[in-house]
Amino acid sequence: MIAFAIDSSPLPGSTTEVSRSRRCPRGRRRRPAVLPGFGVSAAITSIVVFSLIVFPLAVLVLRAASLGPGGFLAAAWTPRARAAYAVSLGASLIAAVLSSALGLVVAWVLARFRFPGRRLLDALVDVPLALPTAVAGLVYSTLYVPKGWLGQWLVPLGIKGAYSFLGIVLVLVFVSLPFAVRVVQPVIESLDRDTEEAARILGASRLQTFLRVVLPGILPAFVTGFALSLARALGEYGSVVFISGNMPFKTEIAPVLIVSRLEEFAYAEATTVAVLLLAMSLALLVVVNTLQQRLARNAQ
Amino acid sequence: MSTDASRPIAALLIAAAVAIVGVLIVVPLVAVFAEALAPGVAAWWRALTDDPDTRHAIWLSLTVAPVAVAINTVFGVAAAWLVARFRFPGRSLLISFFDVPFSVSPVVAGLALVLIFGRQGLLGPTLAWLDWKVIFSWPGLVLATTFVTLPLVVRELIPVMEAIGPDEEMAAVSLGANGWQVFWRVTLPNIRWALLHGIVLANARAMGEFGAVYVVSGHIAGATDTMPLRVEKLFQEYRQPASMAVASVLAGLALVTLVAKFVIEHRLATEARDLERARSADGTTHDATLEAA
Repeated sequence: MIAFAIDSSPLPGSTTEVSRSRRCPRGRRRRPAVLPGFGVSAAITSIVVFSLIVFPLAVLVLRAASLGPGGFLAAAWTPRARAAYAVSLGASLIAAVLSSALGLVVAWVLARFRFPGRRLLDALVDVPLALPTAVAGLVYSTLYVPKGWLGQWLVPLGIKGAYSFLGIVLVLVFVSLPFAVRVVQPVIESLDRDTEEAARILGASRLQTFLRVVLPGILPAFVTGFALSLARALGEYGSVVFISGNMPFKTEIAPVLIVSRLEEFAYAEATTVAVLLLAMSLALLVVVNTLQQRLARNAQ
Repeated sequence: MSTDASRPIAALLIAAAVAIVGVLIVVPLVAVFAEALAPGVAAWWRALTDDPDTRHAIWLSLTVAPVAVAINTVFGVAAAWLVARFRFPGRSLLISFFDVPFSVSPVVAGLALVLIFGRQGLLGPTLAWLDWKVIFSWPGLVLATTFVTLPLVVRELIPVMEAIGPDEEMAAVSLGANGWQVFWRVTLPNIRWALLHGIVLANARAMGEFGAVYVVSGHIAGATDTMPLRVEKLFQEYRQPASMAVASVLAGLALVTLVAKFVIEHRLATEARDLERARSADGTTHDATLEAA
């Protein structure tokens, strides 16, 4: 358990989450008030959490609520905003599907096979976590323009990866890939291979073994990876502004709309769109937390 | 499982994984440096150092990130101590609040700060009276950066502190150590690698943050542009080579971060193994699940 908690990927909010609910047995827990520092740490923590998280988000929601239901709808449900939600949701869903599917392949290979360069491949998966999103957006847009490294081959085939919907999907897959890989990878590593072998010996085909034995084991992690990727993709801004072209009604995502409304001092519209986006992210956070608790229970 | 039959499938899957990581991650990473250095190293250096606005952006990033990371370190240690060492009502709710900045769009976070500190904001009139500027200024950049990096340190520390357990700290207290002595002599040495890990991750995120900072900065060249914002501005001005030059510095920083992360994770794994061995030898706190995992 200790090894699990520390070796697990530092990917925040995901695998570490698992270890949270797999904490030490209660019997070894100390009773409060023996150790010092409760007051100081509680004070620092609550001041920071309140002033940086609770208060700003409450102000945002109250500001939107002050418009009244009619005003809220009028600001949040304009044709341009509806188009932005569609682009945001569509691109994020496609990206999350792609990144959890591709992530599964990468996680499987890293967990199951030993080959030269495996550790390098493993390390490279973390690059999108460390690379600033602006850099990713900039370089992706230069790669996929007609004269770019990849664009010179793809554009003649009709595949436009820059200043298009596809471009949005591409950068969203990039930013969410590590989340998809790092949630599934430890679960595949912990799968009991004897069961798979038994299934094969008993005459199951490779596909049957995968569907009936492996898949049920990794499904919760896979869904968690999907939800995390979706949450990451929905909120992403930095990389998308570079590659999407940001054309209203076509390639404008919700966060870009918020920024452009804010720059026009249209606070009501910016705020209401932001509140809808916030509601979606928080709903996804609840889904992820519930899934991860289940994941932790399965692991035990 | 017959290895002979599965070998072609293994080769296929490995090739697929290499292709995925290659196209999505390696090609862009190589392209940043190739494009940045294409005009030559001298031109690259001039692009970084000749433009006063770029110089200012580098300096600003180097000052905003450490402050945000420092706040995060203090908060992370305090919050992890609170959550890993005490049970109290509202504890689980508090832990889920730590995750909020991960799922909230940075743009939404930036907007919330504007609604509080902006001229039209809740505290706008008060700040104007005090003649303090938060939005479109340095404090706003620090606040936005702190928000997006908030979970990184605390999330690293909680699992490690829970795994180590409070026994050593309780022993120290029972031998008469005060709070600071316990922290400096027992807790900190135990969590130092996890803390460093969190700091490295928080710093990388702080240097690279774009969305939240974009909203609160007002994007004033030579005043509130950080490095990632400078990349965007140069790109908008069709100064691709200069934009790539700044981007390559950020990408280099990301690589340094990953190497540091790799080394620290190795240390963490070693310490976890030592801890496990000590526990097993101890016998008293031995727990079958320790080894199962």
